[in-house]
Amino acid sequence: MEQKIEKSTRVEPSTPIKKRRKISKDQMVAVGFISPSIILILIFVYGFIGWTGWVSVSNWNTLVPDFSFAGLKNYIYLFNDYRFQADLRNTVFFTILFIGLVIIMGLGLSILIDQKLKGESIFRNIFLFPMALSFVVTGVVWQWLLNPSTGFNQFLSVFGIQPKWYTDTNIIGGFEWGSIEFGLPVAIIAVVIAAVWQMTGFSLAMYLAGLRGIPEELREAARMDGGSEFQIYRRIVLPMLMPITVSVVIIMAHISLKIFDLIYAMTGSGANFVTDVPGVYMFETTFRGNYYANGSAIAIIMLLLVAVFIVPYLITNRRGDK
Amino acid sequence: MRKKNISNLFKYFILIVMAIIFLTPVYVIIVTSLKPLDEVSLSQMWALPTSIDFSSYVHAVKELAPNFMNSVYLVIPATLLSAILGAMNGYVLSKWKFKGSEILFTVLLFGMFIPYQSILIPLIQFLRTIGLYNTIAGLILTHVVYGLPITTLMFRNFYANIPDSMIESAKIDGANFLGIFRRIIIPLSISGFVVVAIWQFTNIWNEFLFAVTITNSDSQPVMVALQNLSGSQIVQWNVQMAGALVAALPTLLVYMILGKYFVRGLLAGSVKG
Repeated sequence: MEQKIEKSTRVEPSTPIKKRRKISKDQMVAVGFISPSIILILIFVYGFIGWTGWVSVSNWNTLVPDFSFAGLKNYIYLFNDYRFQADLRNTVFFTILFIGLVIIMGLGLSILIDQKLKGESIFRNIFLFPMALSFVVTGVVWQWLLNPSTGFNQFLSVFGIQPKWYTDTNIIGGFEWGSIEFGLPVAIIAVVIAAVWQMTGFSLAMYLAGLRGIPEELREAARMDGGSEFQIYRRIVLPMLMPITVSVVIIMAHISLKIFDLIYAMTGSGANFVTDVPGVYMFETTFRGNYYANGSAIAIIMLLLVAVFIVPYLITNRRGDK
Repeated sequence: MRKKNISNLFKYFILIVMAIIFLTPVYVIIVTSLKPLDEVSLSQMWALPTSIDFSSYVHAVKELAPNFMNSVYLVIPATLLSAILGAMNGYVLSKWKFKGSEILFTVLLFGMFIPYQSILIPLIQFLRTIGLYNTIAGLILTHVVYGLPITTLMFRNFYANIPDSMIESAKIDGANFLGIFRRIIIPLSISGFVVVAIWQFTNIWNEFLFAVTITNSDSQPVMVALQNLSGSQIVQWNVQMAGALVAALPTLLVYMILGKYFVRGLLAGSVKG
């Protein structure tokens, strides 16, 4: 990397002829300025990922490090593991519900707030404040709100319903898949509610910024042409918000795939692992059970899942920037 | 006009209902944490306290105070250092681009999205080797390093708005790389620093995974202590609620006072590298 930088030349927009001139002293200072950070990232991000990858194919499943090569043994173990299969199922449903609701709530609320009503900043602040909280705080509070014997259930008892929330072990629409029942774990809904409460503010802020960026004349013109408000939103506003929706989906997906603290603080793994996720499993198996190789394998799988979303996003986003 | 009023009324109705739902947890936290111990029962969760009692706060503060201070010692240096490094990187990547600097930036940005589980085991081994495991300094180092992508991104986008012509004319006047940074860029960066600092402060204060794995007992930040408080069977939940509020207070205050900058950070960190 260093090598490459030194060989390169600065592109002077005003004097393209001098493109191949000698690197200026300032240019070298600039590279020197940024090198420590680049080196840190190369070691702490890429180097450590490689190191984790190496641990994941080793036999280090006790307190004592053992770097002997184990092949894909740990991965095979995980994919046959009841708990990990449950984690993958939970992640799928958590991600879908979480992203869907964050988008719908954020979009709906931002459209309402963007109507030039009085007090819009109060509403905006109310929907945004959970973003300033820790997932741990959210988890601690919501574990009481969605506790089956208190919280919201005291209101719901009026209607004669008492959901078991995160203690429910039912799987909706379940069918046999590996060693687990694949379907929507009811308990995950409780965690989704807490996560949506916390993260709606993010999509709201994004959509609001997007809506503010749509010129009023555009909507005005559509109104002149006799378009109804609903049509204007469907035909003009929503398509223009599409890039924002893509960003929100990607950002939320990566949060959802690596989620740990909210679930650890709110419910833990749950009975039959109905609220377990890879993040919690990785933490417990590595730091409570000393299965370092298994933990590393989980971490690498999490990284690959996130990379599926992030890498294409980063590449297209960066290309569009230039 | 009447039709418009009705539709506005309807919009208000939805917004108010949603606002009430969003504020319910706040109501429960406040009401529960102010109840005397004998009024704290699962069946009386929603009832207002008959008298205001601060004993849950006294208890929670006693439990959390040392960890709260750990978080303070962690968050201040970590925020400052990562903001300074971010400003330096952002300056280079926006105003002194070189061949490959765009690719380097993308390489840097990827670090923002990785699940930290995928670097955690080597990180802990590394911190043990250099003697920083189970120390606040170790956590500071961790947060500074893994904060680099986001702070660099924010400053780079911020500096992109400073016209290149300003830099060029300073160069003609004989200013060098560092001179331009000191005399032009830094004075123009105040609001950029506020946005980045608030963002880092909030994230580091709220972070849990590094905190719970890199430190134990005495050097743990407040979020780990809060989680321990809520996990222990003997602690009443009014104390948990008071603890949650105490732990959340610094970031909530920052949000209330400087919310505008918080939102700018939120938007800056999410799109367009």
